[in-house]
Amino acid sequence: MKINLSGSERGNKVDILGKRKIWYTVSIVIIAIGLLFLLINGLNLGIDFNGGTLMEFGVEDDITTEEVRAVLERIEIAEDSKIQHSEGSGENGIIIRTKTLESEEIVAIDNAIKAEFNSAEMLRTEMVGPTIGRELRINALLALIAASIAIVAYISFRFEFRFAAVSIITLMHDILITLGIFAILGREVNTPFVAALLTIVGYSINDTIVIFDRIRENMKLMHKVPFVEQANTAVVDTLPRSINTSITTLITILAIYFFGGASIQTFMLALFIGMFAGTYSSIFVASPLLVTWQKKISK
Amino acid sequence: MRYKQKRRIKLIIILAIMAFAAFLYFQHGINLGLDLQGGAHIVLQAQPTEEREINDTVMSGIQSVIERRVNQLGLSEPLIQREGSDRIIVELPAVDSPNEAINTIGRTAMLTFRNSAGEVLMTGEAVKDARADHDQYGRPVIAFTLSDEGSEKFANITRQYIGKKIGIYLDDERLTNPTVQAVIEERGQITGYDTIQAAEEDAILIREGALPVPVEVIETRTVGPTLGSISIQKSIRAGLIGLLLVAIYMVFYYRFPGVLAAVILAIYGLILMGTMAGLQATLTLPGIAGLILSIGIAVEANIIIFERIKDELKSGKRLRAPSHSGFTRAYTTIIDANVTTIMTALILAYFTSGTVRGFAVTLGIGIIVSMFTAFFVTRNVIDIFAGSKLLRENKSFGVRKG
Repeated sequence: MKINLSGSERGNKVDILGKRKIWYTVSIVIIAIGLLFLLINGLNLGIDFNGGTLMEFGVEDDITTEEVRAVLERIEIAEDSKIQHSEGSGENGIIIRTKTLESEEIVAIDNAIKAEFNSAEMLRTEMVGPTIGRELRINALLALIAASIAIVAYISFRFEFRFAAVSIITLMHDILITLGIFAILGREVNTPFVAALLTIVGYSINDTIVIFDRIRENMKLMHKVPFVEQANTAVVDTLPRSINTSITTLITILAIYFFGGASIQTFMLALFIGMFAGTYSSIFVASPLLVTWQKKISK
Repeated sequence: MRYKQKRRIKLIIILAIMAFAAFLYFQHGINLGLDLQGGAHIVLQAQPTEEREINDTVMSGIQSVIERRVNQLGLSEPLIQREGSDRIIVELPAVDSPNEAINTIGRTAMLTFRNSAGEVLMTGEAVKDARADHDQYGRPVIAFTLSDEGSEKFANITRQYIGKKIGIYLDDERLTNPTVQAVIEERGQITGYDTIQAAEEDAILIREGALPVPVEVIETRTVGPTLGSISIQKSIRAGLIGLLLVAIYMVFYYRFPGVLAAVILAIYGLILMGTMAGLQATLTLPGIAGLILSIGIAVEANIIIFERIKDELKSGKRLRAPSHSGFTRAYTTIIDANVTTIMTALILAYFTSGTVRGFAVTLGIGIIVSMFTAFFVTRNVIDIFAGSKLLRENKSFGVRKG
């Protein structure tokens, strides 16, 4: 029954896999631009990875960054801090970023700011020493590697190795695009960013698997037609699902981005870019690569 | 008749699951992480000295001194635990001045009495008790009492140093540098404080003793109470807006089954809260993001099922049969797809700590609950409505002919 259905509809299916060169070009161009920025600017690593101190104060009156710097200069601590206004915390905020400080120095800044500006309130303080920064960097990398290995192992076990190899390429594709766009935007990268990357990887693979699952099914049901058609049917048939799940996930991400407060915006931005890349790669990169792989082997 | 009975049982099962989740939620409540309720997370690393290397005894010593200091500061529900061979993690929920608390906790607090040449005459080990007090002029001071052995020793020292200065130091900070007027035995005072609070902080340090070796504060993350409550309000609002938008989209795209999906989503939310409460999992800000994201996953499972049923409907089956084979085929897909996300959540939880681990844990719980919901709730809900006209029409699920 299933064969009849697919067979009768085969003629008027959108040809996604036939245009795979276009999709590859789009991905390669975006990744290339991203890599260029990564090489020139690098990533803007935050205190989690580089070590340092961040203090955020909420204030009711308008105070300038110069006034804050004057306070730091008077107490002679962290005079060379980067001082910025923070928005989105619900009130005016001041963020002070500087090197790793001693506890006494943090208390001194805390007290001096509160004494100078009556309405000032300490919202958050983060201090990461160089040892912890290095550990967080290493662990982030290990987590990414471990996740990739686990995913390849699982897909090789449930599908075939070529499916696993292709998933790794799409996984790198999504990570590179997210890293590249972050390098272009110059947004700060901290541990939550790594969590975002891993979530992206999990999601994108999740999406890819649903399509692979359908390809695997079509390989049995439509064994008389060429692989490219089996794969194309699978991609087109699962298209509504791929698009709908992405839209619902992207809606929730956007909702948190706009209404969830400043503290998780960067995290959500990473998720948004990655999910977008992930959806694109499961439809336009993963299955086309399987076809390319097949063609190369049969030659 | 048999079908109607089955339907009633299915309804009862769903209601029972919901009631149990609600019970867990109201019984246990949700643990809030430090970033949501405000508080401080501190990592201390013991530094070996020439006399002492770091071993188990030294670490236990540090831990117990820190525990006493934290208790003396009157902080509620602190968590103090050892990590690795030379680290101690201190978590202080709902502390008013977190940065000052950290400063007090992390000090070595070695009290020394030194002469003007800087030679150590006596250490804080001789001190039996120390309290903040006011002296006869109303100035804040620390009044200390020496042990018997200490009294004898101090009497000898003060006799020898009459008319000379003896400095009292806490670590390298000179608290006071008085000239000895008379022989002092059991009781003494440390002057030079501006406020009684400052005197009280040092009194705690002196009273509870010094750390056996110095510790270095290698990581601190503190959140004031205001930011915590702002974050909670904002993320709840964001979550509700997200849920609403997703529900609208589902209804728009899948019609009546979309309404069912929205209801299932609400049930999912309830089961998820119940599970979080039952497991006593801690909810952090990234964790809330994980929860909201898992809404996406829960919807996805429903979409996979709906699309499968739609495929079966297209091929001409009537609903009760399509939903059955649609489910069986969707299950494998849902499991395969979710296993990878669960694996990444586990790996993330293993390699990270703090709020990011909170994210991984919540995401993992969210995925498992969403699978549970898809298998037990979605199926039963669709079966319950399988006989109704709303689902039997081809229009539902958005199937178009042609």
